[in-house]
Amino acid sequence: MIGETFIRVLEGNTLIVAFAVIGALVWFSYFLSAKLTRGKLHGSAIAIVGGLLLAYYGGIRTDGSMGLADIPLFAGLGIMGGAMFRDFAIIATAYGVRFDELKKAGLIGAISVIIGVVVSFSVGAIVAYAFGYRDAVAISTIGAGAATYIVGPVTGTALGADSSVIALSVAAGLVKSVLVMIATPLLAGRVGLDNPNSAMIYGGLMGTTSGVAAGLAATDPKLVPYGAMTATFYTGVGCLLAPSLLFLIVLAVIGN
Amino acid sequence: MVIYGVALLAFCMLTGVFLGDLLGQLIGVQANVGGVGLSMLLLIVLVNQKHPRFNISVPTEKGINFWNAMYVPIVVAMAAKQNVVEALSSGWLAITAGIAAVAAGFLLIPLIARLSPGQHNDR
Repeated sequence: MIGETFIRVLEGNTLIVAFAVIGALVWFSYFLSAKLTRGKLHGSAIAIVGGLLLAYYGGIRTDGSMGLADIPLFAGLGIMGGAMFRDFAIIATAYGVRFDELKKAGLIGAISVIIGVVVSFSVGAIVAYAFGYRDAVAISTIGAGAATYIVGPVTGTALGADSSVIALSVAAGLVKSVLVMIATPLLAGRVGLDNPNSAMIYGGLMGTTSGVAAGLAATDPKLVPYGAMTATFYTGVGCLLAPSLLFLIVLAVIGN
Repeated sequence: MVIYGVALLAFCMLTGVFLGDLLGQLIGVQANVGGVGLSMLLLIVLVNQKHPRFNISVPTEKGINFWNAMYVPIVVAMAAKQNVVEALSSGWLAITAGIAAVAAGFLLIPLIARLSPGQHNDR
């Protein structure tokens, strides 16, 4: 009776359960960070990797697409970690941004968004070609997926790509976003990601909002607004360029 | 009051995302173009107003800073709802494309940073 009541209360308050679960995970991660790495690896970096591991477990258990949030008890994670709260919190990080920093890096940030889209698309297209794809539609769709997992399906749908190719493009974007979350804190020092200027360039080059959001949170939360600012323009620019100009370039190079 | 800060954030987000959506339709793409970025710009402009009728009191600031502080936990929750299984089981093409795109991005950061004006002041 006690057990049943307990579960019923938890399942009736899933968002609150999510707060408690994430609180415990963050606490445990900071504990590990202090004890095992003496603070060298940021507590939030460990928490994000922990979140990804839990997502993997949830995916294996349920066969769903929402990680741990597919388990009814943890459904609140879907709300807490959904785009609505994420964007709301990202906007809040802009409070305290120094406007002159933003202005100083504004142009280079905008340029890096365009470079980021073109480079990701090209790299993805080359990989698709290397794996044997020879038609421009499939190559462009997979290239677009290497930009973000939204640009991929938008481009694929616009060009009339096969659904298996669209699924591949989503997967490429997912790999990118997960990898950005994990790799950013590890590589930040080497690439000079330690100031607002490079954070804006980083956001523009990577473009995956979730990857950039988590990557910077794990590196230095003070840089979040700068990276997020450019990253939020990336998907739009990608959806503009990939099915039009970039597709035409692929068509010209491949020939069919 | 704390709610003033939260409501200010809400106003900025709704306005910014609305403009981002319009911008997307205007240039003919099926996506929101920079809605969150525009919201952030709006917030920065509003809180830097020097108008005497519009000043951010300490409780109002608390409402904004609460969500600022919730950022990391929200991102951890976001990580926990990613489709990690699909990312890992999607085969080598997707994994290679994802890795290559990320590697290219990281390689380009220092190169582009070197091009930006006034960069030596930041280091």
